[in-house]
Amino acid sequence: MRTYEVAFIAVPTLTSEALDAFIAQMQSVVEGKNGKVVKVDNWGKKPLAYRIKRFRDGYYVILTLLADGAIIAELERRFRVADHVIRFLSVRVDEDLKRSEKMKIARQRKSVSRPAPAPQPASEYEAVPPAAPIG
Amino acid sequence: MPGPKRFSVKRKRVCKFCAEKISYIDFKDGKLLSHFIPERGKILPRRISGVCSVHQRQLSQAIKRARHMAILPFVAD
Repeated sequence: MRTYEVAFIAVPTLTSEALDAFIAQMQSVVEGKNGKVVKVDNWGKKPLAYRIKRFRDGYYVILTLLADGAIIAELERRFRVADHVIRFLSVRVDEDLKRSEKMKIARQRKSVSRPAPAPQPASEYEAVPPAAPIG
Repeated sequence: MPGPKRFSVKRKRVCKFCAEKISYIDFKDGKLLSHFIPERGKILPRRISGVCSVHQRQLSQAIKRARHMAILPFVAD
């Protein structure tokens, strides 16, 4: 099971019920094939940086999924067929997130081994005080 | 080499992403990415932005994805 981020832009002429129905439909596609929808991020109507098919804004929706390639292929097929989806992009992020986690842990370990001279930037991971032993 | 002199001494040598310990550059973060595409919308070269090579590759990929998703423009005026 890999982690994907699927982002799509829907036409601004949709009603919010139609949009929610479409999102629910996509969710059921994922769940039906043993995927899992981790997060649904609806940015609402936002202006586009350039005109796409005469539209100047659109509804941005980002889905974070645990799925495999077949599910993503099916989602993309539906996006392509749907009249009201004007752009989509799916990105596989599990490798990137794993790498980012490893770097954070390595940084944490480095800062524990030598006395921390400078204050660490605020982030949810650096909430652990530097004096705490790790591993 | 003939050409206009550059104020390269004034340029920061610190990579902004390394300094803030950001390891994943998200294409959805328009505000962060917009610092790296000046007026015309072109991606800033490393020697001007001071970004390290690892992050420049990630940044450039994130900017191209953001352009595809109309978060950033291809050409700006």
